[in-house]
Amino acid sequence: MSTDTVEPKRFEGMGRFVGPVGVFVLFIGFWYFTHHVLMSGPKKPLVPVPHDVVSDSFLTWNIERGAGGSRTGGGLVKLLEGLFESVQVAALGLAIAIALGFALATLMSQAKWVQNALWPFLIALQAMPILAFVPLIGTVIGFNFKARVMVCIIIAIFPIVANTLFGLLSVDRGYHELMTLNGASRMTRLVKLQFPAAMPSIFTGLQISAGLSVVGAVVGDFFFRQGEPGLGRLINLYQNSTAYEQMYGAVVMSALLGIAVFVMFGWIGNRIVGSWHEKRSS
Amino acid sequence: MSVTQEHALEFKNLSMVFPDGTHALDDVSLSIERGEFVTVVGPSGCGKSTLLRIASGLETHTGGECNVDRDSIGYVFQDATLFPWRTVRKNVELIAELHGVGSATMAPRVDESLELVGLKEHEVKYPRQLSGGMKMRASLARSLVLQPDVFLFDEPFGALDEISRERLNDELLSLFKTKNFAGLFITHSIAEAVFLSTRVLVMSARPGRIVADYEVPFGYPRSHEIRYDAAFAELSGKISNDLRGAHP
Repeated sequence: MSTDTVEPKRFEGMGRFVGPVGVFVLFIGFWYFTHHVLMSGPKKPLVPVPHDVVSDSFLTWNIERGAGGSRTGGGLVKLLEGLFESVQVAALGLAIAIALGFALATLMSQAKWVQNALWPFLIALQAMPILAFVPLIGTVIGFNFKARVMVCIIIAIFPIVANTLFGLLSVDRGYHELMTLNGASRMTRLVKLQFPAAMPSIFTGLQISAGLSVVGAVVGDFFFRQGEPGLGRLINLYQNSTAYEQMYGAVVMSALLGIAVFVMFGWIGNRIVGSWHEKRSS
Repeated sequence: MSVTQEHALEFKNLSMVFPDGTHALDDVSLSIERGEFVTVVGPSGCGKSTLLRIASGLETHTGGECNVDRDSIGYVFQDATLFPWRTVRKNVELIAELHGVGSATMAPRVDESLELVGLKEHEVKYPRQLSGGMKMRASLARSLVLQPDVFLFDEPFGALDEISRERLNDELLSLFKTKNFAGLFITHSIAEAVFLSTRVLVMSARPGRIVADYEVPFGYPRSHEIRYDAAFAELSGKISNDLRGAHP
């Protein structure tokens, strides 16, 4: 049995890397192709080559404003400052969305009528384009840090509520009967049965929401511009001053942040439920 | 144990009609004492499980009486219903935990239960690392911790292969002899029923009533060889005949 299963697994392990690396190489190739072939003459600077983006945004520490004709300045230090700002917005937004989402899902799991009462509004919140909220948030909260956090909460909360609720409610009847037979209270049932059982589902939700909170932080920057500039503001700023190498760098940094957050929550989820959950452990 | 009861478990003219009109049980009378192991066989859907659900309090009967001390019931489900995030030991601790048994009292009882079912050395494993038979053993151990007087078994070994099932039958019998509880066991297997029980009841198709009642003429301990005994075959044959008659 062991000799049969080990070989294909090892091959699969290799295959896991070959695929993504291949696609990445293709992507970079297409990028160069776009610069050298698809973009002609005056359009060429719009798509700078990857190695220029890397060297100008990531390998150069700081470009002072005005140095070498730069109207915006640039370099890694600006990206890191923007990253720090965006991380703060995303983290705070996500934390509030998690707390609120958990509370809502728990309430909804306790009574069908609460669930029926709240569900349509959560769907509405989810279905409504975030842009439609922009004037409203701006008028009520202002165009500052708080407004950007608000955007994060709005777009990150739904997957948390939906996945937590789904997890809490999909515990098999047999387990509930075991709790009933032994006189468990609602609270005991929640703590000892429903929450642990919901963990895999909760982490799926967290992973999605964490990614969305990064989207929220970057997008929020475009509308709510007061205070320290985050990554979204940098993208906007570099675009307006045609500093395309810097702009691409800021885009790449946003993507890296999103990926990092996604991977991090996946990893935490695996640490917590991987030891027992069949689907999560390989 | 507050109420002094004549029998460990007693049904008097019990009947059960579900809200949707399903007539599950009709005039079932039965009493079981400690040291008795009663098995009910019957066609699928005849209300055998409902009998256990009423005894445990999961369902409320619509007629007759059900007398049992609910604080002293062990219920073994069809599925092992182990919590996948708890190790075997933690799973065995669960019911004791729910009943507020302190950890000082709990630890030796958990050890004893695990030893009785032969899972002591697997106590740190998670359910997904166990075979079907081991899962069922853990589920048994979990019920044993409270040292119940009455044990209800709802087709616990139905999903196991023949060998594991026979082995668990042997182990259940030795548990029964050590603990001397009152057992009410539901199964589809006539051989299992005869092998385990002091009494075998045959239930009719819905609405379920008891149509035959056999004393099993073997003493304990029973070796698995009695399965090939002529008297064993004869009794099995009779029960099988009754079951044919019980099918609609």
